[in-house]
Amino acid sequence: MQQVPLWKLGMTIRDRAYIAGAFEHPTRHAPDKSTPQLHAECAAGALADSGLSLSDVDGYFCAGDAPGFGGMSMIDYLGLNVRHVDSTETGGSSYILHVSHAAQAIAAGKCSVALITLAGRPRSEPFGRTPGTAPEAPFESWCGVTTHNSYGMCAARHSHEYGTRPEQLAWIKVAASTHAQHNPHAMLRDLVTVEDVLASPMISDPLRRLDCCVVSDGGGALLVVAPEVAKSLDRPLVSVRGAGEAVKGPMGGRNLDLTTSAAARSGPAAFEEAGVSPSDIKYASIYDSFTITVLIQLEDLGFCAKGEGGRFVADGNLISGAGRLPFNTDGGGLCNNHPTNRGGITKVIEAVRQLRGEAHPAVQVANCDLALATGIGGSLGTRHGAATLILERQ
Amino acid sequence: MTDSSSRKPPSPAPTPENEPFWAAAAEGTLLIKRCRSCGNAHYYPRAICPYCFSTDTAWQASKGEGEIYSVSVMRRGANAPYALAYVTLDEGPSMLTNITGCDFDALRIGQRVAVRFLSTDAGPPLPMFAPIGD
Repeated sequence: MQQVPLWKLGMTIRDRAYIAGAFEHPTRHAPDKSTPQLHAECAAGALADSGLSLSDVDGYFCAGDAPGFGGMSMIDYLGLNVRHVDSTETGGSSYILHVSHAAQAIAAGKCSVALITLAGRPRSEPFGRTPGTAPEAPFESWCGVTTHNSYGMCAARHSHEYGTRPEQLAWIKVAASTHAQHNPHAMLRDLVTVEDVLASPMISDPLRRLDCCVVSDGGGALLVVAPEVAKSLDRPLVSVRGAGEAVKGPMGGRNLDLTTSAAARSGPAAFEEAGVSPSDIKYASIYDSFTITVLIQLEDLGFCAKGEGGRFVADGNLISGAGRLPFNTDGGGLCNNHPTNRGGITKVIEAVRQLRGEAHPAVQVANCDLALATGIGGSLGTRHGAATLILERQ
Repeated sequence: MTDSSSRKPPSPAPTPENEPFWAAAAEGTLLIKRCRSCGNAHYYPRAICPYCFSTDTAWQASKGEGEIYSVSVMRRGANAPYALAYVTLDEGPSMLTNITGCDFDALRIGQRVAVRFLSTDAGPPLPMFAPIGD
């Protein structure tokens, strides 16, 4: 069945919603707080950032990190009175996707101030999912899949098909560490070299310790609001210009392809809705659970051709002020923060900082009026969800 | 680094949809599903074909041989080292599995492997793979 994209019929989220509040919790280790408390502190931070109050919130979005049952416990705990709720779960990319879903709900008149929260404490309390009743569980729960070896298989296959080298992947970490030097909240603030990455212990071939993101307690929150709300506030206008989402898995094992992610569908959908191309993007937040996650997304989003990612990221091309595509200027998940093992919300938050001109001066992109935030949640080697956002300062 | 074989993977929990797979595994046979409607084979096995949604799917015995599509050897943490891999069966589908009983450092993409069932304490055996001569 041929589908006409809805935006061609005039149905789009483009400029129908704005990000009016963004907050990243400064903690990276919170043994003295509860997870719901961290959610509430993040919500309070985003409200303070926007100038809105709790009673203005009429939509709530959360994912699997939120304690309780699909938003109901958190809505009660936070004291919200909402007319729209969404707990779509695509792992760490959920919060990028939530911005799109919030914009859709706002465009449909279902809410006008949507709160998105993420928080968790993987350093301070037992963490992990159980395979439970997933249909693949009898066939995979015994294989010992972790994020490390799942993404490791993707890196190994990418290297096999395209000759991608460990030192090229290492450049992604080098760029992140170059930015993290300037972030006082970053977990890892030391500048590292390609040689440092290659000398770090092998975790799961070919990924070494410095190819992996940090594990941090913490969280973040966003407020997505209707245009009339955004324009009533004393904050720079950051509009949602386009969005896309997709889910990918082995799908029965036919024509398995670990070198292409679901971002190959979420990215083009976002660019098409926004009416822009990769060369227009001034700053990109690219989900960096591992170095390979960044490289595959850059290719899938069209910043370079498939197989060219290694050459694209080498020699500092992702470093703000030095390279063609400044990325993750907060230090990203590789150096700054990966709260509750989910990096999606911090990707949106740093993109908002860049668009507002509120990034650290050492990494602020000049005249940053168009930014991208993209993420891969779940397990790239098995099942994952991608979400891509294009944001514009008006 | 060789397989120390001390790892004890958990027993799988069959469901009514895949019970024949595990019964065959107990007899040393690897089953896949093939759709009689579209002709495509798939793994892990479903009652309804994931390619055409036909209910006319049939069990097929795999020769149990294929090649490594990708592999990553976990070097750290509980149960390390062990090798996670996708093996592309000669019948078509790729399956997530472990490569066992070998020198992990010699594993490579494209290497020929054959199924080697590993018994479990409380359930059916697991379809793992080991290298065979090229």
